[in-house]
Amino acid sequence: MRFERREQSSVALTVMAPVAAILAALVMAGVLIAIAGANAFEAYGLILRGAFGSRLGITETLTRATPLILTGLAAAVAFRARLWNIGGEGQLYMGALAITAFGLLPGIAGAPAPVAILACLIVGALAGAALLLGPVFLKLRFGVDEVVTTLLLNFVAILFVSMMIEGPLRDPLAFGWPQSVPVPDAALLPQLVERSRLHAGLLIALLLAVAVWWVQSRTVFGMHSRATGLNARAAAFAGVPLGRTLAMVACLSGGLAGLAGAIEVMGVKGYVTTDLSPSFGYSGIVIAMLANLNPIGVIGAALFSAVMFVGADSMSRALGIPSYIADVTVALSLLTMLVALFLTQYRIRR
Amino acid sequence: MSAVLDILASVGMWEAVLRIATPFILGTLGVLLCERVGVLNLGIEGIMTFGAMIGWLTVYSGGSLWAGLAAAALCGAMFGLLHASMTVNLGLSQHVTGLGITLFASSFSYYVFRLAVPTSTSPPTVEPFRPLAIPGLSDIPFLGPVLFNQTAPTYLALALVVVLAWVLYRTPLGLAIRMTGENPHAVDAQGIDPIWLRIGTIMAGSALMGLAGAFLTLAAFNSFFPTMVQGRGWICIALVVFALWRPGRALIGAILFAFFDAFQLRLQTVVDGVPYQLFLMLPYLLSILALVVMARKARVPQALMQPYRRGER
Repeated sequence: MRFERREQSSVALTVMAPVAAILAALVMAGVLIAIAGANAFEAYGLILRGAFGSRLGITETLTRATPLILTGLAAAVAFRARLWNIGGEGQLYMGALAITAFGLLPGIAGAPAPVAILACLIVGALAGAALLLGPVFLKLRFGVDEVVTTLLLNFVAILFVSMMIEGPLRDPLAFGWPQSVPVPDAALLPQLVERSRLHAGLLIALLLAVAVWWVQSRTVFGMHSRATGLNARAAAFAGVPLGRTLAMVACLSGGLAGLAGAIEVMGVKGYVTTDLSPSFGYSGIVIAMLANLNPIGVIGAALFSAVMFVGADSMSRALGIPSYIADVTVALSLLTMLVALFLTQYRIRR
Repeated sequence: MSAVLDILASVGMWEAVLRIATPFILGTLGVLLCERVGVLNLGIEGIMTFGAMIGWLTVYSGGSLWAGLAAAALCGAMFGLLHASMTVNLGLSQHVTGLGITLFASSFSYYVFRLAVPTSTSPPTVEPFRPLAIPGLSDIPFLGPVLFNQTAPTYLALALVVVLAWVLYRTPLGLAIRMTGENPHAVDAQGIDPIWLRIGTIMAGSALMGLAGAFLTLAAFNSFFPTMVQGRGWICIALVVFALWRPGRALIGAILFAFFDAFQLRLQTVVDGVPYQLFLMLPYLLSILALVVMARKARVPQALMQPYRRGER
């Protein structure tokens, strides 16, 4: 058996790749469900019903998809430029923490809502970007691989959050629970649907997906970042300013991850704890890959993950299958997606 | 100040150093093997988690401690095979494949753990490895308890450093492994198949990562709980750069690192007014510092992260 590069990979194949990848992941996870002694079809039925079967299910799925779209975009823009930002989780926490500190400023609580919200979003994005600029500086200045530094900074960031919410940012009214002071009411995002947790953050995330698509495909910076990702040496030779491009990609990627944290706090939680994110940052990597790094595709991939996570919770209650099956399926879909993408570029010959 | 000196003079701390170092020694050797043959294995964090889980589960369901270690090594090798088939046979991105294996192996571990222990507030424990005093040597004052009163897997890890250094630098196999990491075309020209060499070496390295995880549940602690690996795998990746891809230096790096870890744990109890989280951050920050210091000196295997296809380029 050997592989032969396709002359050109058809659009249909590229579009089918994620569908095939997700189906393959579902089949494999189905085997794991069957081994655990449940009917896989029943389990998937319950997952779908949990995610779509009720008004609450739908709004919860969309609420869950919001941070996932943002972390997915964060990974997608970075990976497009071959900047391996695996630090989305830490950047998310820094964005979340920054706005609670910012909200303590006397001017913010009294400001009109649009001003407070906009200011908080900017601060959240800046904090996320700042955490990624460190590793990018080390990469450019000392040639330190950013994969390991961004990964390690995730642990540092969460410890820093823990330190702040047990220290200067502790909520004195939380009866000893380590949680941060709440963000001021003026900075809370408005609800989209009555009696649900769905908030305006979803619209921001969708808008940003379109904006990122526009930046990547219609601006000089977007062209530079894609060229850097395809072949950094050739790009530099052609006059692309590598350092500046990577720094800007880092600001965009870290900023999006920081926004995910800020928006989760402003829309859902209202304050920061160390379990704010059930690994939204790491899921963002899978989502970006499932979307083939396409910003619009990120929306669909984020919805898939959100359906799995929300649906698995209710399925788990009914069938007794651990809800970790959602994490397993999403992780498997990353591996199957890699193989599916390979098959769009190569054909198998005997 | 005298409290700090007391810590440094205490046998307890130095005893802890080798114990803390063991998973780092095993994990770093595993990463080193993979990278020496030209493949970055970011699956380590997940493979360690799975090794920790399966080692614990084997013993919990009645197996012996050694059976637990064997199960962890075997499962590690299987994840290595998965990694190799994707990165070596198909030539897929080593970054993304490794991360995918980490995400899959860790969530799969939690899934199996939850199936085995559906509801529990405190994780069930097993009887872990006991320290094994080496007769005669363990009676030496200070050095005896520090070096010769460790658990069996720690001795195994130390022996593996020697074995691996010998294989890599004194055998034809080791030469082929190192050469594959530098120039797989040259290896192929010698009539050795670099593809199979890579697959086998990645499996061996991943088995070591599984052992590193099992040490956590079977010797360092006595139970499994989610997120217990806590970035140890990522630290091993940094330690390999610090070690300049040499087994002996990997041992020194792991011990140095474990020394700081053991020291900061005890420092927490004597230093007042400093948040404990700052101490916990130290291992991660130290790893980053090690990367920065070594980045200039590092002589990375030339073919690291380059997939090999016969007849291409």
